[in-house]
Amino acid sequence: MADLPILTLTTFLPLVGAFFILVIRGDAETVARNARAVALWTSLITFIISLFILTNFDPSNPGFQLVEEYAWLPSYKIAYIKGVDGVSIWFVLASTFLTPICVLASWTSVEKRVKEFMIALLVLETMMVGMFTALDFVLFYLFFEGVLLPMFLLIGVWGGPQRVYAAYKFFLYTFIGSVLMLLAILAMYLTTGTMDMRVMLDYQFASDLQKWLWVAFFIAFAVKTPIWPLHTWLPFAHVEAPTAGSVMLAGVMLKMGGYGLIRANVQMLPVGTAWATDFVFVLSVVAIMYASLVALAQTDMKKMIAYSSVAHMGYVTMGIFTMNHQGLDGAMFQMLSHTVVSAALFLCIGVAYNRLHTREMAAYGGLAHNMPRYAVVFMVFMLASVGLPGTSGFVGEFLTMLGAFQVNTWVAFFAATGLVLGAAYMLLLYRMLFFGKLDKPEVKAMPDLSWQEMAYFAPLIAIVLIMGVYPASFKDVYMPTVEKILTDHQASLQAAGLTAPAPVQAASIETVAPAAAVNASEN
Amino acid sequence: MEIAAIFLPLAAAFIAGFFGRFIGDRGAQIVTCAAVLAAAAISVMLFMQIGLGGPEAARTVELFTWIDSGSFEVSWALRLDTLTAVMLVVVNGVSAMVHVYSVGYMSHDPSKARFMAYLSLFTFMMLMLVTADNLLQMFFGWEGVGLASYLLINFWFHKTSANDASMKAFLVNRVGDFGFALGIMAVFLIFGTIQFDQIFAQVAAKADLSINFLGFQVHALTCACLLLFVGAMGKSAQLGLHTWLPDAMEGPTPVSALIHAATMVTAGVFMLARMSPVFEYAPAALSFVTVMGALTAIVAATIGMTQFDIKRVIAYSTMSQLGYMFFAIGVGAYPAAVFHLMTHAFFKALLFLGAGSVIHAMSDEQDMRNMGGIWKLIPVTYVMMWIGNLALAGIPFFAGYYSKDMILEVAYAKHTAAGSFAFWLGLGAALMTAFYSWRLLILTFHGRPRANETVMAHVHESPLVMLLPLCVLAVGALFSGWVAYDWFVGHDWAEFWGESILMRAGEHGTIIDAAHHVPAWVPLSPFIAGLIGIALAYLFYMIKPDLPGQFVGAFRSLHGIVFRKYYFDELYNALFVKPAMALGFGLWKGGDQVVIDGFGPDGAARVTRGLSVVASRLQTGYVFHYAFVMVIGVVALVGWFWFR
Repeated sequence: MADLPILTLTTFLPLVGAFFILVIRGDAETVARNARAVALWTSLITFIISLFILTNFDPSNPGFQLVEEYAWLPSYKIAYIKGVDGVSIWFVLASTFLTPICVLASWTSVEKRVKEFMIALLVLETMMVGMFTALDFVLFYLFFEGVLLPMFLLIGVWGGPQRVYAAYKFFLYTFIGSVLMLLAILAMYLTTGTMDMRVMLDYQFASDLQKWLWVAFFIAFAVKTPIWPLHTWLPFAHVEAPTAGSVMLAGVMLKMGGYGLIRANVQMLPVGTAWATDFVFVLSVVAIMYASLVALAQTDMKKMIAYSSVAHMGYVTMGIFTMNHQGLDGAMFQMLSHTVVSAALFLCIGVAYNRLHTREMAAYGGLAHNMPRYAVVFMVFMLASVGLPGTSGFVGEFLTMLGAFQVNTWVAFFAATGLVLGAAYMLLLYRMLFFGKLDKPEVKAMPDLSWQEMAYFAPLIAIVLIMGVYPASFKDVYMPTVEKILTDHQASLQAAGLTAPAPVQAASIETVAPAAAVNASEN
Repeated sequence: MEIAAIFLPLAAAFIAGFFGRFIGDRGAQIVTCAAVLAAAAISVMLFMQIGLGGPEAARTVELFTWIDSGSFEVSWALRLDTLTAVMLVVVNGVSAMVHVYSVGYMSHDPSKARFMAYLSLFTFMMLMLVTADNLLQMFFGWEGVGLASYLLINFWFHKTSANDASMKAFLVNRVGDFGFALGIMAVFLIFGTIQFDQIFAQVAAKADLSINFLGFQVHALTCACLLLFVGAMGKSAQLGLHTWLPDAMEGPTPVSALIHAATMVTAGVFMLARMSPVFEYAPAALSFVTVMGALTAIVAATIGMTQFDIKRVIAYSTMSQLGYMFFAIGVGAYPAAVFHLMTHAFFKALLFLGAGSVIHAMSDEQDMRNMGGIWKLIPVTYVMMWIGNLALAGIPFFAGYYSKDMILEVAYAKHTAAGSFAFWLGLGAALMTAFYSWRLLILTFHGRPRANETVMAHVHESPLVMLLPLCVLAVGALFSGWVAYDWFVGHDWAEFWGESILMRAGEHGTIIDAAHHVPAWVPLSPFIAGLIGIALAYLFYMIKPDLPGQFVGAFRSLHGIVFRKYYFDELYNALFVKPAMALGFGLWKGGDQVVIDGFGPDGAARVTRGLSVVASRLQTGYVFHYAFVMVIGVVALVGWFWFR
């Protein structure tokens, strides 16, 4: 497999499947059945092929691997370049892993326009994988924007009653972000004369320019992540989206923001990053507390999980900008954990929604009586979301806070309030759904999880627990890259004549002594 | 061997929880009881080996790496030293008894397998907590027991009161964990590690360090210790974070005995004893611990005197006794605290299980006002409750006598303001302890029967499977103090504890040495206080039964405050719960929908053409609009290349 262009294959295989679905003919029933089957098989095969990315990936090498490079517009230094490094590889796998699960989750719940739905899902997969593997900014931008098309369709066609307003909001936010990002990319192209991201990673942009570029990129990715106050599109998009849409949105699309922040803001613009650190801390901490409090007030379970996503991504942005080992590592891990946990929580909500067709928590109650399997599954993901040690949620949350504590205790202090607030809304949600008397006849009639549903929850539970108990299984793949990012960051700051603030220095990998941040005054 | 002692309960929980349907209720009971009994037997062997065999037997068993991030390295590991060995015996011993007892107590419950699985899961988490060799694994066990406690309080999840109580327990504990987590981070910042041995090796060198915490330059170790203590306050229900413990009595009684009396609530005491080498260098933090412990002891005792729910009385008694343990820690007498932890585990579990036996006999009645006159009907339970209360009140030669006396002696011997404060409050609490204990005995068992006739006709002694564990625990309540005195705080303490606990010696030796040289009236005083308390209880409830009513009438407002538990619940509701909900709602409606959307997307829409027009246009072809924008972007890009 080593000489095959695996990345290209993984990217475009779903598109081939989509094409096959497109040409399916026959009566509606046959088309739907075949479309489902083709989508499932295509996404499964894509997932298996994507596993070869992992096997061919050398974790000890922090640079880009499996690089494919073809001339595209050589006179303009625009090329088709693909490659993965420690930061992007897990997101590629997350995309290919969640797509078959989404197909399964939509097996019976999507009844109208099944064919188009499956095509949209597969196109979405292509766009996501393409975006995470792109190493040329034109390619990156095309895929980054391309993701939105199928997502729009998923919300717009298969969405709920307020889908127009949701799509409009989504549109406005992302549009502004995209325009700014395009401008920033053009400016960088003007400076470097190439669209090759690898060149830009090593290029030292002028300090003043960096700040402008940083702001432009930041707004684009802040919308995606989302960072408060650019988050208000998210609750609406989630509420209106079908289950598969929510899973993809929370599981992968939000990570495009985090990925972009690391790739563009942190790696390419170190001076801008150092300049804006405090600003990001403030936004992150506000996001954690604000979104948790708002989640507490929700009665719509999807909205509650949507706001919890905003809070959890607050830990990510906080962790990234600590620019120390634990912070950045924790941010990566928190993103991976959130991918699995939030996707699973939306699938869980989908289970309830498919049976009762309401998202109001008050309509449920006492489900633990008649749906014990569902109660256990939901409990695992609830606890992971709360950040219970032993689940994936804990590792990332704790490491980001540990990273922040070394930089600024206030940031860690406020972020830690999320421990209490996060538990409050999740326990409230769980209680409304599962505890109390089972006295509503329509709730009593809800059947427990089917084998199909168990089939896609089982691997998710396994991943949550493995990540929680033995995180090295996931961390080892990206650690060398994280280390390289940190050393590069230090080097660029020194080159730019800026020494990093003291706590960051202390946590850098060479000195390996956070205690040095302690003011060792003899009292 | 040690791996078996810790992972057998986990395996049993797994089997009972997920395969309960296949092996049946009986199978689940057998599997879990057998696993925990085996674990208890192994624990006793480990105690012989490590506790009595000398400190050289202490060891750490590394399992595998948990989190490794830069200089932050944490492993799953089992640390076995004397302190752990003591806890292993306590946890596995009491847990085994509670497991067996539950077979009888839960015999009418439909979900027996689930109950046994939760109990075993709890046991495993508690074992992970006490065997941790670093703060993070302790935190894992810490939150894990919190989860098990949440599940068990809410075992009867159809009851709204149980739902409330379990959520409250989890959230109040999370407030404590907020402090614990920050404490771990502070320790890492100070020491560059959170592994116990590595921390302890550096403590002396870092004794004068200061760090910046929330903008203040503070003494590093004091800051870290206080943060860790906040965690201990939550788990061990110290004043301020105690409100969850009485409500936790919503769970089945075996749960109250195991989790909310004998083991989980003492985790805070264990944590502070484990961190003794650090606390020894943070005297200010220790003073704070002393004061909080003393206040908790007295406040809980006063509330305990006024309550009527038999389980709540014992719950407040637990809280009060935990206060004793903390002020013992505060004056630096960690062995005394752990000694009381151990004896308390036996007699308090005995009291709870005895109360369970009463409740069982009285057809699930818990209000002592509806009991009375049953001592002849359930003689074994009656005797067991006597033993438990004698031990609790600190009557000579029962277990509690040795440990409580020791605690008051060390408080006196400390000769500091905080120590004396703790001594006098502790003495007062000892009087109250005896009072509410005998109030409980008399109200429950003596006087005329106050239950209705159908209940009275049904009063019966519990089956053997419940009485046997009571007898085993009674043996502990009778003899554990006498047997263990020399090991824990007597002649052999230094050899017994080895390096698992650090006490810095002053000019008169350690605090334990000093405690053996207090004036003769000091060791006698708690016994006298206990006798007075018992006499008062007889006067109030046996000799002159109308006296309590007159007393309450005379001090109506004061009694009201105490009976209403000093209004902590009401205060917290008004201060935190309601404002949080209101703030959340306000931020959602005001922040998100009015301010952000108003200046953002909605405002933009108004400015351009009005929302409805935009919306209707988008409805017809918003995808194409979007595609159009993208195409423009690409065209601009390409065009720029073309014309540059």
